[in-house]
Amino acid sequence: MKRTTICLVAALTLLAIASSGMAKEQELIGAGATFPYPLYSKMFDVYSKEYGTKVNYQAIGSGGGIRQLINKTVDFGGSDAVMSEEDLKAAQAPVLHIPTVAGAVVVTYNISGNPSIKLAPDIVADIFLGKIKKWSDPRIVSANAGVKIPDMAITVVHRSDGSGTTNIFADYLSKVSNEWKEKVGTGTSLNWPVGLGGKGNPGVAGLVQQTPGSIGYVELIYALQNKMAFADIKNKKGNWVKPSIASTSKAANITLPDNMMVSLTDTDAADGYPVAGFTWILMYKEQQYGDRAQDKVDELVKLVWWMTHQGQKYAEPMEYAPLSKAAADKAERLIKAVTYGGKPVMK
Amino acid sequence: MLESTGQMIQPMNRADQETQAQAARLRYRAGLTLSEPAFRKILYLAGVSVLVLLIAIFLSLLFASLPSIKKLGIRFLIGRTWDPVTSQFGALPFLVGTLVTSFLALLISTFFSIPISIFLGYYYREGKASSFVKTVIELLAGVPSVIYGFWGLFFFIPIIRFIEVELGAAPYGVGILASSLILAVMIIPYSASLGREVINLVPTDLKEAALSLGATRFEVVRKVILPYARSGIFAGVLLSLGRALGETMAVTMLIGNSNFLPTSIFSPANTMASVIANEFTEATGAVYLSSLVELALLLFVVTTVINVIGKVVIIKTSVT
Repeated sequence: MKRTTICLVAALTLLAIASSGMAKEQELIGAGATFPYPLYSKMFDVYSKEYGTKVNYQAIGSGGGIRQLINKTVDFGGSDAVMSEEDLKAAQAPVLHIPTVAGAVVVTYNISGNPSIKLAPDIVADIFLGKIKKWSDPRIVSANAGVKIPDMAITVVHRSDGSGTTNIFADYLSKVSNEWKEKVGTGTSLNWPVGLGGKGNPGVAGLVQQTPGSIGYVELIYALQNKMAFADIKNKKGNWVKPSIASTSKAANITLPDNMMVSLTDTDAADGYPVAGFTWILMYKEQQYGDRAQDKVDELVKLVWWMTHQGQKYAEPMEYAPLSKAAADKAERLIKAVTYGGKPVMK
Repeated sequence: MLESTGQMIQPMNRADQETQAQAARLRYRAGLTLSEPAFRKILYLAGVSVLVLLIAIFLSLLFASLPSIKKLGIRFLIGRTWDPVTSQFGALPFLVGTLVTSFLALLISTFFSIPISIFLGYYYREGKASSFVKTVIELLAGVPSVIYGFWGLFFFIPIIRFIEVELGAAPYGVGILASSLILAVMIIPYSASLGREVINLVPTDLKEAALSLGATRFEVVRKVILPYARSGIFAGVLLSLGRALGETMAVTMLIGNSNFLPTSIFSPANTMASVIANEFTEATGAVYLSSLVELALLLFVVTTVINVIGKVVIIKTSVT
């Protein structure tokens, strides 16, 4: 309660400063997921130069973004996870999930020589459940004929901080392993059966690189930028897929629901990488709440439209997977559904 | 202090008072100084505000953790499972992790901090070497904890991993031992500086008397300085314990963040401060959030209890 009031006061002060100081220049405030933050800051920078609208995005984590949206202290939230039933109820009004880009989570490891290896879903699940304890386990070895797998104990490394990355990974494991679903489940923080925790992608990567025989999971972008070894995973259609930007985008080549509140893990896409997920902009469908002015809402909708269209060209150079055609179409429809006082904002 | 000012005002009752008051009024108008009562009020307010702040922190933590207190009750304290997915929140592993790392760190640090304070407070009170060491200790206290964390990661972890491999333990490197070692390094400056101050305050007559009776310097330390200064040294140790209990960043980087009760000195574990810092940003759901606040409340209470116990010990052991 106390925090809500403080947040409100802070946001109001910000608004007051923004509205008094810059009568013409709009400022939009967003908060949430850290995963798309590098891309968003690039996008917002370009956007403000082009259209003069400043966007202040605070990368405080998906959970924080959802909380701030519920408290109505931000114009939009950012999240790597679909809002929970409980959160949707707390929001009291319909919230739109507009996808901006997709990301993937890769399984990284540190074994002698770091050969490129293949891991089937059940093996990944059993390693992270603590059931497969050695790299020389027959199941790992038989899936990797011709690769020299050392006889080492496995050390599992996971995220210690609550994270959308964990959420995507756990969502995937819950789909491919019943035991995981029952024992551990899906969430941004989990009760891990085994292993060490590292803070953030760098924390996990650091522990993996330091600990011989370790295995962990990090965002694809992080693994690519740091040239880490990561495993090919068998997808639902039985194809071995190397994680990449292209195979992440392809994971969304499925029939997507209209509200886009969909997980991209273990999809039916034939050549899609199975541990993937969207990151969303969250905003209220009905934008007339509090003392929001129409022109501010116009700016917000224009921004989100730009992000899902012209802004998409910044995704790939920064190693994010742009929206597939199907996903972009759905996003378009969602943006057109935004209303102000019951009237659609976009004509 | 209050008493003495009261006494000072009293004798100036008659003629003096008027001129004094006039002078004060003039100065007050000139904006040079405040009147005595106003100044006293300011001091009083400053003192009270600290108390109010403390109570306010406690109360807001308490109110924010009410949902979890109601839902979980005693299970919060004795539960061993911390599972945000199923909303089970047992803080015992974190409580144990916090206490074990902090006290272990304290134990390690006293082996260094007490000799350092004797060195600087008695053997080399003045001189270049002494002031150099003093400055270095102050610098140590000012190093940001994230730097300690990094250093621990690159320096302690490989060494500990080597020992673990030799002993046949799991080669994690991170864990209780690593965090305790880094915490020990971090808290040495606190107990050492305070220890030096108190040892400095041991009356020279006492030390000289002992020396004149034929005591060696070591005997002076043992028989005069340590008994005289022990409550002050203990206060320094206590201050450093408070720092160890609440340290977050360096510990998060080195403890392994594993939510199990530690079984050995090499086990990865977790502390209360570390869990709060790790999970707060992504915590959704009322009970989850409230449990994290309750964890903060628990840390607050633990720190307070340890401080109160410490105060009692200080009073019991103090000379004079």
